[in-house]
Amino acid sequence: MKEYERTGVISIEEIRVPSEEQLKRGVAITECIQEIPCNPCVDACPVNAISMEDINSPPFVDYDRCTGCAQCAAVCPGLAIFVVKLEDESALITLPYEFLPLPEKGEEVEALDREGRGVGKAIVRRVVKKKDNTALVTISVDRKLAMDVRNIRVLR
Amino acid sequence: MRIDIHPILQFDREREISFLYNGNKIKAFEGETIASALHAAGIKVLSHSIKLNRPRGFFCGIGKCSSCLMRVNGVPNVRTCITPVEDGMVVESDVQQLPSAEFPGSNKEDISVDILVVGAGPAGISAAIEAGKRGVSVLLVDENPMLGGQLIKQTHKFFGSRKERAGTRGIKIAEELEEQVRELEKNGKVKILPGTSVFGYYGGGSSHMLGAANKMSNVMYHINAKKVIFACGAQENMLSFPGNDLPGVYGAGGVQTLMNVYGIKPGKRVLMIGAGNVGLIVSYQLLQAGVEVDRVVEAMPRIGGYSVHAAKLRRNGVPIYTSHSVKEVYGKDRVEGAIVAKLDENWNFVEGSEEDVKCDTVCLAVGLTPSARLLFQAGVKRDYIPEAGGYVAIHNMEMETSVKGIYVAGDSSGIEEASTAMLEGKIAGLSASISLTGRDSSTTAKMEEYIKTLEEMRRGPFGSKAREAKRKILEEASNEGI
Repeated sequence: MKEYERTGVISIEEIRVPSEEQLKRGVAITECIQEIPCNPCVDACPVNAISMEDINSPPFVDYDRCTGCAQCAAVCPGLAIFVVKLEDESALITLPYEFLPLPEKGEEVEALDREGRGVGKAIVRRVVKKKDNTALVTISVDRKLAMDVRNIRVLR
Repeated sequence: MRIDIHPILQFDREREISFLYNGNKIKAFEGETIASALHAAGIKVLSHSIKLNRPRGFFCGIGKCSSCLMRVNGVPNVRTCITPVEDGMVVESDVQQLPSAEFPGSNKEDISVDILVVGAGPAGISAAIEAGKRGVSVLLVDENPMLGGQLIKQTHKFFGSRKERAGTRGIKIAEELEEQVRELEKNGKVKILPGTSVFGYYGGGSSHMLGAANKMSNVMYHINAKKVIFACGAQENMLSFPGNDLPGVYGAGGVQTLMNVYGIKPGKRVLMIGAGNVGLIVSYQLLQAGVEVDRVVEAMPRIGGYSVHAAKLRRNGVPIYTSHSVKEVYGKDRVEGAIVAKLDENWNFVEGSEEDVKCDTVCLAVGLTPSARLLFQAGVKRDYIPEAGGYVAIHNMEMETSVKGIYVAGDSSGIEEASTAMLEGKIAGLSASISLTGRDSSTTAKMEEYIKTLEEMRRGPFGSKAREAKRKILEEASNEGI
């Protein structure tokens, strides 16, 4: 049995981490590692960067092709796709968010890891409200936290 | 208790009304059911057990568990969880004397139809649409006030293939299905009777006789159908522990109905039992409704649901304890807390591992049992298939049972998911239509396409249970010559 099957938290070893160069351009990271029958991300990708052997295989992102547009993150039913882009000092993380209140651009929020623990501050850079009510929130955090932060807590 | 703002849903509370409950005036909103309005008013005890007089609360929310039976406008034994509240209604609980022998005399209506579909959930509506499009006459009956079955409370986006509506929220799929079936209704292809229970099967041959009733409008239907598709869904399982009948112990689906259909919170703090997809999804939806989830406990050593659902909960700070279960729930007249403990390899509680969880709500997400009693009454060949969730009707690939002209689809035919239920519904609808109008190359191709998609959906490791269930069912059908 895998550890995540017991805890519900996947570890960084189970994710294909993009190279520094790929991360600098900004790419989608699919934290979807089980064989479940699901494929909307494949169809959502405008540059055909996501592929699947069949509907039950986990998605494979061609990081060199991916533009980091986050279309896949918006449709993923599992809310399991995050876009990470490295800047000089910080990392931009785009995550799906389905709670109220929605944060606002410029607002300081708490950055949470995969276990919901506060690991630092984040500044909201962008909030895209979608018609189907899953918002895409882009935050900037300390560069070192690029692969750890996967949620936020609005402090209001 | 009413939810005002919600990240996904909007609740229309346009018209305020009031009704009498045991002589007291209670405020409600049009569109709510009697039981949900009572819950919103803080009334959690809905009835008492007849023998030991123990309090009974809201449990299933979909008319299956009988803990909410009351006398409404003089009509006894009304399931208040599926009966819409009306202005000026008179509701009485715990009326245990027999109703008066004077019946007002019901209005009788005879209906003859090509295909009767019992149940308007994802399977039933899909079956009605498929058949209605093919020129046969269809009657769609459901005992709930709204169409869509359990889809109307599924606020999460569905998995599956894009062409089968994956990435769309269940509530939206329910709207789309309702729109399509209402269109067929407008064109006279499908007749729809919501709020109506099919209560019995009275024999068949070249056609099938069934009885149905709309209790509140006092109409009894005598239905004569050439073909019948049963898509009656499932009911939630109970778990055995002291205090499991206390008001505040709910089926996870019942909580979902209460909060996502009627916008009413079950309580303030929840203990979730079961980390299958239902337990994980409902926990996340509780957080969205502004309810705290203390933890999820799961008796199995591993989380049964998708890891992506578990991950959503974990990153919101909700712990999941595998190899843990509930030992007892305590409280006077309502849940005040629960004792949870670790389980060893032999499923015994580990002494000294007990923890006291303060909560006012315990949700049971410990599986479902197919609702198939009407099928059994009709005399179909059945068997106990553990992977299907209990006794199910043996059916062939095209969803026909051992009784000619009787079909089954969705959870009623073995517990699975809404996406597969919709496909089974289409297959049953197509199959029943073919038996009336004949098979041609286009219907053959359609049938093959549906069956192929269904098999694809079940192919992965999470489909193994359904695969095994259907393998056993089909094998038995083939041995029986069905």
